Amino acid sequence: MPYLEEEYDVVVVGAGHAGCEAALASARLGLNTIIFTVSMDSVAMMPCNPNVGGSSKGHLVRELDALGGEMGKNIDKTYIQSKMLNSSKGPAVHSLRAQADKKNYSAAMKETLENTDNLTLRQAEVSELILGEDGRSVVGVKTFSGAIYHAKAVILATGTYLKARCIYGDVVNHTGPNGLMAANHLSQSMSDVGIEIRRFKTGTPARLDKRSIDFTQMEEQKGDEHVVPFSFTNTEDDIKRDQISCWLCYTNEETHEIIRNNISRSPLFSGVIEGTGPRYCPSIEDKVMKFPDKNRHQIFIEPEGENTNEMYMGGMSSSLPEDVQYAMIRSMKGLEHAKIVRNAYAIEYDCINAINLKPTLEFKDVAGLYGAGQINGSSGYEEAAVQGLMAGINAALKILGRNPLVLDRSQAYIGVLIDDLVTKETREPYRMMTSRAEYRLLLRQDNADLRLTDIGHDIGLIDDERYKKFCHKRELINSEIDRLDSTMVGANKSIQKFLTSMGSTTLKTAASLSELIRRPELSYEAIAPIDPERNELPEDVIDQINISIKYKGYIDRQKEQVNQFKKLENRRIPEDIDYNDVTNLRKEARQKLMLIKPENIGQASRISGVSPADVTVLLIYLKSRK
Amino acid sequence: MFLTDTICAIATGMGNAGIGIIRISGSEAINIASKVFKPANDKKVVKTMKSYTAAFGGVYDGDNMIDEGILLLMKGPHTYTCEDVCELQCHGGVHVLKEVLEAVIKAGARIAEPGEFTKRAFLNGRIDMSQAESVMDIINAKNDFAVKSSLVQLKGELKDRITEMRDTILYNTAFIESALDDPEHYSLEGYPQKLRVIVDNMVDNVDKLLATYDNGRVLKEGIKTVIAGKPNAGKSSLLNLLLGEDRAIVTEIEGTTRDTLEEVVNINGIILNIVDTAGIRSTDDVVEKIGVDKALKNVDNADLILYVVDGSKQLDDNDSQIISHIKGRNVITVINKSDLDVVVDKLLISEELPGDIIEISAKYGDGKEELYNILNDKFFSGQLQYNDELYITNSRHKDELIKTRESLSKVIESIDMGMEEDFFSIDLLDAYEHLGMILGETMRDDLADKIFEEFCMGK
Repeated sequence: MPYLEEEYDVVVVGAGHAGCEAALASARLGLNTIIFTVSMDSVAMMPCNPNVGGSSKGHLVRELDALGGEMGKNIDKTYIQSKMLNSSKGPAVHSLRAQADKKNYSAAMKETLENTDNLTLRQAEVSELILGEDGRSVVGVKTFSGAIYHAKAVILATGTYLKARCIYGDVVNHTGPNGLMAANHLSQSMSDVGIEIRRFKTGTPARLDKRSIDFTQMEEQKGDEHVVPFSFTNTEDDIKRDQISCWLCYTNEETHEIIRNNISRSPLFSGVIEGTGPRYCPSIEDKVMKFPDKNRHQIFIEPEGENTNEMYMGGMSSSLPEDVQYAMIRSMKGLEHAKIVRNAYAIEYDCINAINLKPTLEFKDVAGLYGAGQINGSSGYEEAAVQGLMAGINAALKILGRNPLVLDRSQAYIGVLIDDLVTKETREPYRMMTSRAEYRLLLRQDNADLRLTDIGHDIGLIDDERYKKFCHKRELINSEIDRLDSTMVGANKSIQKFLTSMGSTTLKTAASLSELIRRPELSYEAIAPIDPERNELPEDVIDQINISIKYKGYIDRQKEQVNQFKKLENRRIPEDIDYNDVTNLRKEARQKLMLIKPENIGQASRISGVSPADVTVLLIYLKSRK
Repeated sequence: MFLTDTICAIATGMGNAGIGIIRISGSEAINIASKVFKPANDKKVVKTMKSYTAAFGGVYDGDNMIDEGILLLMKGPHTYTCEDVCELQCHGGVHVLKEVLEAVIKAGARIAEPGEFTKRAFLNGRIDMSQAESVMDIINAKNDFAVKSSLVQLKGELKDRITEMRDTILYNTAFIESALDDPEHYSLEGYPQKLRVIVDNMVDNVDKLLATYDNGRVLKEGIKTVIAGKPNAGKSSLLNLLLGEDRAIVTEIEGTTRDTLEEVVNINGIILNIVDTAGIRSTDDVVEKIGVDKALKNVDNADLILYVVDGSKQLDDNDSQIISHIKGRNVITVINKSDLDVVVDKLLISEELPGDIIEISAKYGDGKEELYNILNDKFFSGQLQYNDELYITNSRHKDELIKTRESLSKVIESIDMGMEEDFFSIDLLDAYEHLGMILGETMRDDLADKIFEEFCMGK
């Protein structure tokens, strides 16, 4: 018997990385929020790799933190190893990655949720969406047990649970990740209200027993000595701890031979798996078959936590049968006696086509309904978390009658991610990469706070105290750069002597301190002896000064490109446009435009199948309509 | 990017007029003008010139003076496009104008699309809808046309070379990006030096391509088409038929067209640059002989030959001479005077010239549609294409090639300065985009696809 249990402002379905951020954002903005999970023990669970961040994903987490999200703070509490990847490369591609203690990560996030005002946690399977009488807006959900929860907004963050199937060899388990219960009913209800359902696939490697591994045969991978926190609210001293190592080992020709001999037993080859898998995270059998010239592949053995013997095998995801998994793992040096704790498996799940979403992540055809995370066709904890945050913020803003928050491609990786999802039809789980960001020199992980804290404060997720600190930092950076730009040093003896001593060429005429800092062999720190007037500054401020001055030429060029980009982005397309009236569009362009309903000319120009000439036609139409 | 950048074009006709005007429009117009124009009066500075004032001075490509002329500066919104507009009035020679245009492009403008000044005028609210509709037609025709023809428009060596360069750029960028994305799997150790060699090589290639365009021909847009035939076969009548007006002098007297006539016609969007030639025959008349020699030379340089045969007469020695001259070329044989009894031996012609043969009556217009259809088929099947060395196409290509070279130079600069590898990607991708513009291809998701295709990503 259905019965009305309670009324909420916001319902969040799923308590993974997207759901947690969505629920926290909504509750923190003062809305009465409830979050559902099929298991209270799987809140913020990491069913695959035991780390947060990495190339471009680290950027996402820093941005999320600047906007007032939780993931950065949570990983700072529970990390066991931290590394800045690409530190020898340009600042745009420095990427922070931390190994997590999975259990602690999950527990810490759950604790945060439990202690957040306005937030209710509930273990239940949401099985139905309830639409209003107009059939075009959501008014609540129903659980499998028959309870009805009315809400002004519903955020779907179902991850990989919808009609999930876990597969290895010919074994098929109808469960979600880690053997958890799948959510088998909601897809049908979504389909009933007209939402297009797709099927994606991803996979995870085996976990091994630490005691069965011979680490003397492997290369140790230590964390960085100097740890950079994910959250801008933390300093190194706040989070410093003893770090735990990862280990590097390799597959070999024998491993590959085993895979080739058994490839016919892979469910991918036999057709058991129907979903589309990601190319960027191929299974080991994919790698071996696709790149026959490579005689070995790197495998990283990573601890799943501080107090467990389970070790994750990064780079070894597979859906081959159990006996083959044993054989290939044991063919590797150091793993001759390895014991498997959990098998590798592929997982298939239902998701939506994100082109049916607005850039706010609200469904175009169902008002008040939002999608966030893997259900939107993305992949990765970080990608999920930022979508959760944005969906939570936008659901709240809408209920509060405020303007929505949409970040564009020049503001944040979050903007790139969501724009790609809602504009381009992704045919595989979407993963962030720095190369997807056109303006990556501006979208650095080190300046995420400078880019987004204003917005986070404005939204209401950054408190005044933090904001004040941030403004002070910004002021220090700007005034010091101004001073360096305007402080001139002459070509006098002591300066020339200093420059020679630094291996730098001498001056012909006077130069500003900034010009000297710009020289590859010099830096802000290096010119201290000829800059007696400077005050002592914090390290993160000095970093910003160095980067802003040293890369000024490149940064200015990107800023100019952003100006061009903004002009098109600011030309809005009215929601009531009928593309049938735009007589000169080519057919393919018309179909795509009708399908995707871009919000502005910039977005329209990024749709594949819409040519520059189509965009011109559209512009002329819009102009003549006025 | 379209619409937001600064555009330029030769605003006057392409003949050898006494004066030629280069128009620049957009937010950077004044800045660009200040880079290429130095007022003769030292005290005058382009950037501080008042709106609707002019200055006399030199037009420069870098330090090199190309021409003397007048700069007319007009500030938006009180201009045709409502944007800042600068006009450079130069000497009218094609070669000089071309150099000035290139200097303007180098300074940051790009070649305007057909109708683009008017388009901007409309979008900025300067002109009304009725005026804009004609612009719409142009853009629309272009759209249709560009899509259908983009695959066949550019063929042969130029396309191959550009495609090859793009592949090289994409592969190397994908490599860099894979290493950045997955630093634990791919190392960039020693890579910058390797890339330096590759990019140097590409710059050489671009320079070579650019050099092939500096040939100073009299240039017009279109497919170079020559109407050839013996005297009084009806060549000028055919031209008039295509033009729809009496442009060439048509008389019953053989040898009326003593010189060559050039016209541009647009047939269903295909632009033909048609040369009507003197009738080809052995002659002792000195003046006529010059015409005949010129005609043969034109035939040699043509992309397409419309060979006009007098259908009412048998083939004669003059025809044989012409046939042997044009054998193996891209020929449409037009048998004229179908209104009279056709007695010419078509079989014989088709043995020698196995291409398209049609009968027409230039006088009454019969067979015109059929000729158009043949032209259409030939174009869209790729048998017929714009000569890459013709002016407008050339200039657009050149524009992009110059920008490609600039981007590649920046890559070299970054390598030499010891910049980190991720900086190379930015300019490599710019070069990739500029080359793509020549082929009519954009970036979209090429890079991500290439990364996944070529490099084994971990996790």
